Amino acid sequence: MAKIVAGIACSHVPAIGVAMDKGQTGTAYWEPLFKGYAPAREWLAKLAPDVAIIVYNDHASAFSLEIIPTFLIGVADKFPIADEGFGPRPVPAVHGHPTLAWHLAESLILDEFDMTIANEMSVDHGLTVPLSVTCGQPSAWPFKVIPLCVNVVQYPPPTGARCFKLGQAIARAVASFPQDLRVVIYGTGGMSHQLQGERAGLINRQFDTAFLDNLTKDPVSLTKITHTEYMREAGSEGVEMVMWHVMRGALHENAAEIYRHYHVPASNTAAALMILENRSAA
Amino acid sequence: MTQTNDYEDIPGTYVYNSERGRIGYALNMFCMSLNKVENRKAFKDNEAAYLDKFELTPEQRRTVLERDWLGMLKVGGNIYYTIKIAFCDGLTFQDVAGMMSGVPKETYAKMMLAGGRSPEGNRYKQAAGAAEQTRAEEKK
Repeated sequence: MAKIVAGIACSHVPAIGVAMDKGQTGTAYWEPLFKGYAPAREWLAKLAPDVAIIVYNDHASAFSLEIIPTFLIGVADKFPIADEGFGPRPVPAVHGHPTLAWHLAESLILDEFDMTIANEMSVDHGLTVPLSVTCGQPSAWPFKVIPLCVNVVQYPPPTGARCFKLGQAIARAVASFPQDLRVVIYGTGGMSHQLQGERAGLINRQFDTAFLDNLTKDPVSLTKITHTEYMREAGSEGVEMVMWHVMRGALHENAAEIYRHYHVPASNTAAALMILENRSAA
Repeated sequence: MTQTNDYEDIPGTYVYNSERGRIGYALNMFCMSLNKVENRKAFKDNEAAYLDKFELTPEQRRTVLERDWLGMLKVGGNIYYTIKIAFCDGLTFQDVAGMMSGVPKETYAKMMLAGGRSPEGNRYKQAAGAAEQTRAEEKK
């Protein structure tokens, strides 16, 4: 049987990927951020999962405004790296896990989550930056990846509560997959940031800290945060944090925080990395 | 708009809602076309001629040609799309963020290094003066 062993919350700032691709991680600006990633890489290498479900949003790369899926799952064998307007990132192509992905698609739809299914799609920094952050720069990614996209570009994104319930349904779906697989789930994006308008650059450390604390203390309370509260308190793009609830919902209620890193700034953003582990067989 | 949304009182913020989705579609789809290297080249070679392929309003066209980043948001531009024009120009997200907030690049970068723009006094339009915000809190 497949099982979810851990969750990773990770910001997906494009500049973090650029810093890695250009070999700038040791500069005075980037060093404090990257130093905090090292323990997570060690932990993940040791855990050696078979598959990662990466919950992220596409940023006008694979999908445009032509068709806007609220929740989408990629079922392909291989996902090329998108050209987002400055050439594709020089990172390995992402390999999928079609049988688990199709099982998830079927299970989720029958569990009343009406997923869009993508047989062909490229993946952008929303997915590849968290991979780079947690795996470094290998010549091939060390596990299979199932992309799960959430719309946060066209208002409104799905609510935090809905995302949490999707996570719970993902946990049920993974548990009913017959093959023995160890799965991790990433919730990406955030934390506080605003990329647009006169208010660009907004950061709210207090909000972010409380959010990180409550991922273990009281995750359900976090699902009640409204979109307006995210935008007002954590910046217009801070609403990306709804994607973390998919990850959190997929873990056990008593999942434990085993690592946290928080740094301001990564370009315009408060960047965080948190690892949560499932503890019991609950 | 027929519907009042409770995020409208957040200052300096252009939520990409249904109204902007409607008026901004062509502008953003032009930006989307810049994901292709051959289109980036065609745009840079002759911006006006390239823009003729898209049904932009005169004001949308002006904001693109003049790189009026804030103006683009006001005519339905979505930042994840309009940023592709900036990438064509070799600018970064932080460069554009500085320009939208109306401060020199260095000032903006310094603000971010110091922990970013504080939410204090920046939560409500009517409370751009933080004092008013405090008064509202006290009334509760």
